[in-house]
Amino acid sequence: MINVDIKKDTFWERNRKSGGYLFRRKATTVLLAICRFILLFGLCFLILQPVLNKISVSFMTEEDLFDPIIISIPVHFTTSNYTLAAEIMKYKEGFMNSLVISLTTSLVQIAMCTLVGYGFARFKFPLKKLWFAFVMLIILIPPQVISNSLFLSFRFFDIFGIVKMLNHGEALNLRGSIVPYYLMCMGCMGLKDGLYIYMIRQFFRNIPVDMEEAAYVDGCGMLRTFVTIMLPEAKPIITSCFLFSFVWQWTDGFYSRMFLGTTTLVSTSISRIVDSLGAYMQRILGVTVTISQAYSNCILSTGTLMVVGPVLILYLFAQRQFVESISSSGIKM
Amino acid sequence: MEKKKKHKLVGLEKRKAIAGYCFIAPFIVGFLVFMIKPFFQSLYMSFTNVDLRAGNFSMSWCGIENYFFAIRKDASYVRLLTEELLRMVVYSFAIIVFSFFVSLILNQKFHGRALVRAVFFLPVILSSGVMLGLESNNQLVATLQQTVEEATASISVTDSLQEILRTAGVGTRAFEKVFEVIDNIYDVALASGIQIIIFLSGLQTIPRSMYEAADIEGCTAWESLWKVTFPMISSLFLVNWVYTVVDFCMRSDNQVIDKIQETMIEMQNYGAASAMTWIYFLIVITFVGITSLAISKGVYYGD
Repeated sequence: MINVDIKKDTFWERNRKSGGYLFRRKATTVLLAICRFILLFGLCFLILQPVLNKISVSFMTEEDLFDPIIISIPVHFTTSNYTLAAEIMKYKEGFMNSLVISLTTSLVQIAMCTLVGYGFARFKFPLKKLWFAFVMLIILIPPQVISNSLFLSFRFFDIFGIVKMLNHGEALNLRGSIVPYYLMCMGCMGLKDGLYIYMIRQFFRNIPVDMEEAAYVDGCGMLRTFVTIMLPEAKPIITSCFLFSFVWQWTDGFYSRMFLGTTTLVSTSISRIVDSLGAYMQRILGVTVTISQAYSNCILSTGTLMVVGPVLILYLFAQRQFVESISSSGIKM
Repeated sequence: MEKKKKHKLVGLEKRKAIAGYCFIAPFIVGFLVFMIKPFFQSLYMSFTNVDLRAGNFSMSWCGIENYFFAIRKDASYVRLLTEELLRMVVYSFAIIVFSFFVSLILNQKFHGRALVRAVFFLPVILSSGVMLGLESNNQLVATLQQTVEEATASISVTDSLQEILRTAGVGTRAFEKVFEVIDNIYDVALASGIQIIIFLSGLQTIPRSMYEAADIEGCTAWESLWKVTFPMISSLFLVNWVYTVVDFCMRSDNQVIDKIQETMIEMQNYGAASAMTWIYFLIVITFVGITSLAISKGVYYGD
């Protein structure tokens, strides 16, 4: 009976009964929500603004860039910036190369990291702690530390002198070819592989062992158990590690520059785009021209958009996989 | 030792151990060939003069000459190193504080939470690799930002706040650092995507009953932040700290790395480049070691 009475009371009446507590609580919640909205809106705007700026700049003609009245909406709408940037960057070729290389290296990387992560999560073997400490170590050691030595060892590639013997005493020059990078990926030493091993191991550890044991009892081998039972379970983490690997490979400059100096990739051509613009103009016009800073930056913005565009679309569709994986793997130290 | 262990492992255990080694074999091989070997070779190279000739290269021992070159002779290395390290300390700290703060907000329930989370995570995708360096180079976008800033300058709260704090005259230099970080909040926000998600996942594992218990005992929200939330996710501070510092070292706009690359590729001075890398690496690793030891002292592991 009493319950029914309370429900009939208006907000203010209930407030009076509680001695003003209800109103105060309500007011604080609303105020907090407003503050939170302003803060988050500001921060989100902060992160998105450069992208939005680039989009608006990329549609402007050179004229618009110098017009002080025009800030974000172009008057002379044009898409010629995109055509020019595509031509300078050899976008089609670079896009295909980047796509093929990112896909294949990510595939190799994740396949290897899954194997290793599973090994660390499920088996007991001597010196396991030591090896796992090494996994942590490869997360910690910046690749720059070993880059110069790697550079030389791939410039003069040799496995215990075998190659030298076959190749008339000359070491193999593997620089500029993709082979060394595939080799490194196979050895789990590619871009951020330590992190993937760690995440995958963490995920496998959270899966109960019952199913595997049932499989063993039924006479299923270790490899077969892994492939037929554990792999389907681990699909979410593998997908997200693959996505990460793909995206980071797509924008990576370090490994690309070291191993693939000669191949056209979107990530390497974007970092050279301003210089390429100068060279291109000179070739077209036949004379040396100074390109205004505003215009070269406009081309740079356009190029950047073209590079991150595919990745951005991927993120829009697979946002959940990207974010959830990190929270679900339960990172602890 | 080895024999003893082998004796212990029999039957299924032994088979499992072998299988385990088979599974991690790619890592072992890769680690030995592509990490350990170059690692020590690079260390060795830092003590030698590397001579690159057509078809081959030779190394001649020269002691600590390269280190001497890096520290005493090179015009900009030491300056860049100290600048970069100072920046690393300040920014890593700022990133941790910022991401903790943001994750606390994102942990509350409100509409559009998923959207905000997605936006905060966006920089992990967009400003990775080469993109980061381009961002700061782009003058045009910077000018646009400036225009927006100028238009709102007269109503800027931060400016007047800065003015007040400056004239107060207490700890001016510390304040200058804080102002610098606030002015570059964009950089901080860009670098804290992963950290926010890690904190957020930690916050979501704290059982609600703990807060309820604290509430019943008369704990205010502020107190429960420090007495419940903070200890429960303190181990994540360690993870995030290490991740942030390491991530900072690998950023593509890192000037020390640029300097090293320049020494290596343009000046062809591999020995000096190795020495520079090693100095940088040793300082960073010591820094990470000491700070994480200090943090781990304060970590609450529960039970």
